[in-house]
Amino acid sequence: MERADPRSRRDAYGSRINRAHSPLLAYAVPWTTILFASLLPVFPIASAAPILPPIGLMAMLAWRLVRPGLLPVWAGFPLGMFNDLFSGQPFGSGILLWSLAMIVIEAVETRFPWRSFVQDWLIAVGIVACSIVAAACLSGASLGVPLFAALVPQVLLSLMLYPIIARMVSTLDRFRLLRVRILG
Amino acid sequence: MAPPSSRRSSYSRRAQYGVFTGYVIAGVGALIGAILLALSLWRPASFNGPRTVAQDAVAPAAEASAEVRAESQNLIEAIRGYLRAGSQNAELKQEVELARIRLAEAEAIKRENARLKALLGLDQQETKPVAVARLIGSSSASARRFAYLGAGSADGVRVGMPVRSPRGVVGRVLEVGRHSSRVLLLTDSQSVLPVRLSDSNVVAYAEGRGDSMLRIRLINLGVNPLEKGDIFVTSGAGGYYRPGTAVAIVAEKTGDGALARIISDPAATDYVAIEEIWQPQAIRAAETPVEQSVADADGA
Repeated sequence: MERADPRSRRDAYGSRINRAHSPLLAYAVPWTTILFASLLPVFPIASAAPILPPIGLMAMLAWRLVRPGLLPVWAGFPLGMFNDLFSGQPFGSGILLWSLAMIVIEAVETRFPWRSFVQDWLIAVGIVACSIVAAACLSGASLGVPLFAALVPQVLLSLMLYPIIARMVSTLDRFRLLRVRILG
Repeated sequence: MAPPSSRRSSYSRRAQYGVFTGYVIAGVGALIGAILLALSLWRPASFNGPRTVAQDAVAPAAEASAEVRAESQNLIEAIRGYLRAGSQNAELKQEVELARIRLAEAEAIKRENARLKALLGLDQQETKPVAVARLIGSSSASARRFAYLGAGSADGVRVGMPVRSPRGVVGRVLEVGRHSSRVLLLTDSQSVLPVRLSDSNVVAYAEGRGDSMLRIRLINLGVNPLEKGDIFVTSGAGGYYRPGTAVAIVAEKTGDGALARIISDPAATDYVAIEEIWQPQAIRAAETPVEQSVADADGA
């Protein structure tokens, strides 16, 4: 059989002989990647204006939309809390907005169960745009036209970034279900 | 296949309760978030503890990435330098000529300054910075403008200390952890800094707008004396910043002042110095309630 088809005992996640999905990998990968993504905006640049999109939130939305049923509805609470520690927003804004984002996606999904990628993209960008504006309103900054004008590039960047993040998440999803050797 | 969560949760009571509990926890989570948010807007310092611990934890990684960032900036600068070498050379030669003349003038002024100071009996006091550290990161996804420093209370940094780069003022320390601290940048919309024109006595406030520009509001309204290219320096009012440090350069005139660009852009800054608060007594006096005398407050 091997000679006829070398890939006969393999599937997309590796060889099936003596190998199985690791529960640790399957559950830890989405959560750790989202936590890591919330840390990312701290590192690359110390800028005078807000420019980076909220990468943590986008990673959570991408996991939720690319692989539904994996993150529970309440995932926004712990993940948002972690994000609050690094985002510079007042503590609690991430918890509130991320929880609301998860609930909104759940509501959208009951209404539109069958969606294409473009619709997922629109949903994600709509949520990110709303949360950027809401976060600015709730940040304790004094609100004015220039502040909101400064948010526009951020929203546009997140519009362009979502497909990339979704693609990365789907790669990570394959890695999540990788078959590893069973010990013993 | 329809996503699993859009399927009905069957007739199993257990599954139905599971779904229901998920929604309840999510709703309660959002509610707790709203309460915490209200609390931290009301008392911004409420959650400093966990935040500084978290900052300290990622500080080493951020330090490393800051180093890479500085290196790559230098590389790009070097390449750009090669491309523009010829024309730049001619420009620089001209500039050096002028600078030599100015230097001679400055030397004369320095001597005169020393003489006048000696006459007044003031001694020259150079301040040494409390610490020198890297700007290791910033809240670049949030509408608030904070930066993180790679020095904390272990290095002698305290809340309120001014932070400056070789070019000018960067901001003020807001929150101190053990090995990292959080800085309120000048461009944050909650930042207000008393400034004056570098070459005359026009005083103003420089307020952050949240979008990398500062709004200069003149204190004495009337004829607006500002012009494009005017440089503002700290005036020393308020007691936090030592006077005479460069802050902003006027980019555009407005009705009650100007729009100005910050001179020390944190994105172009590598190392910064954290200095002592210029006049700690003045700040203590300003914080003492009116009913209490400052001497009492000092004794207590």
